[in-house]
Amino acid sequence: MSGRQQKTIEVQYFALLQEQRGRTGESLSTAAATPQELYTELKDRHGFSLSADVLRVAVNDEFESWDVLLHDKDRVVFIQPVAGG
Amino acid sequence: MIVSTPLEELDLKTDLQDSAAGALVTFEGWVRNHNEGRPILQLEYQAYEALANNEGKRILEEVKTRYEVIAARCVHRVGRLNIGEMAVWIGVIAVHRADAFRACEHVIDQVKLRVPIWKKEFYEEGDSGWVNATGVVADPPPPAQAST
Repeated sequence: MSGRQQKTIEVQYFALLQEQRGRTGESLSTAAATPQELYTELKDRHGFSLSADVLRVAVNDEFESWDVLLHDKDRVVFIQPVAGG
Repeated sequence: MIVSTPLEELDLKTDLQDSAAGALVTFEGWVRNHNEGRPILQLEYQAYEALANNEGKRILEEVKTRYEVIAARCVHRVGRLNIGEMAVWIGVIAVHRADAFRACEHVIDQVKLRVPIWKKEFYEEGDSGWVNATGVVADPPPPAQAST
């Protein structure tokens, strides 16, 4: 199940997005076809301050492109600029 | 590898024994008491552990193809860290020192660039903020305590 169909996506939040959302993750029902569409939807809903162009995205624990098609039960993480070390 | 235990307590170079090695180069990243002119009291590191481990393994494999390296290891701590504590440890063994130095630097550079780990600074003034969180206003300081 992908494309415009309604699907369930597991979103995990870290760092600033976690603070702005007030939780570490959630299970969402969405028609978003891509991570790009999903982030736009969530940014509007939760008022995230980071624009997509400073973020990267991971799907099922690997970096992915913003326009990859999402599937039911995918695990998505929006990755703000990293600062390890 | 992501761990929450103090790195000072771990025997980090145990896995890097090899009788063909002529050099071990290590790097320790420490929590310092200031950043960009602001005094800092503490740091909090958070990691997206599954991807951090995947990406970390790729970096360690890359250095083995780029340099004449026998083995490389990288461990990053998460949680609240105090000034002077070790946040990251990298060790590289090689036949000769030049490769070990270059590979060690390559690992820390790539970790800082690619591995999903984030750092929140807690400032002496009482406010805090995630490093590199572009265009974000830092959390305001807590209300001042009433003076007596």
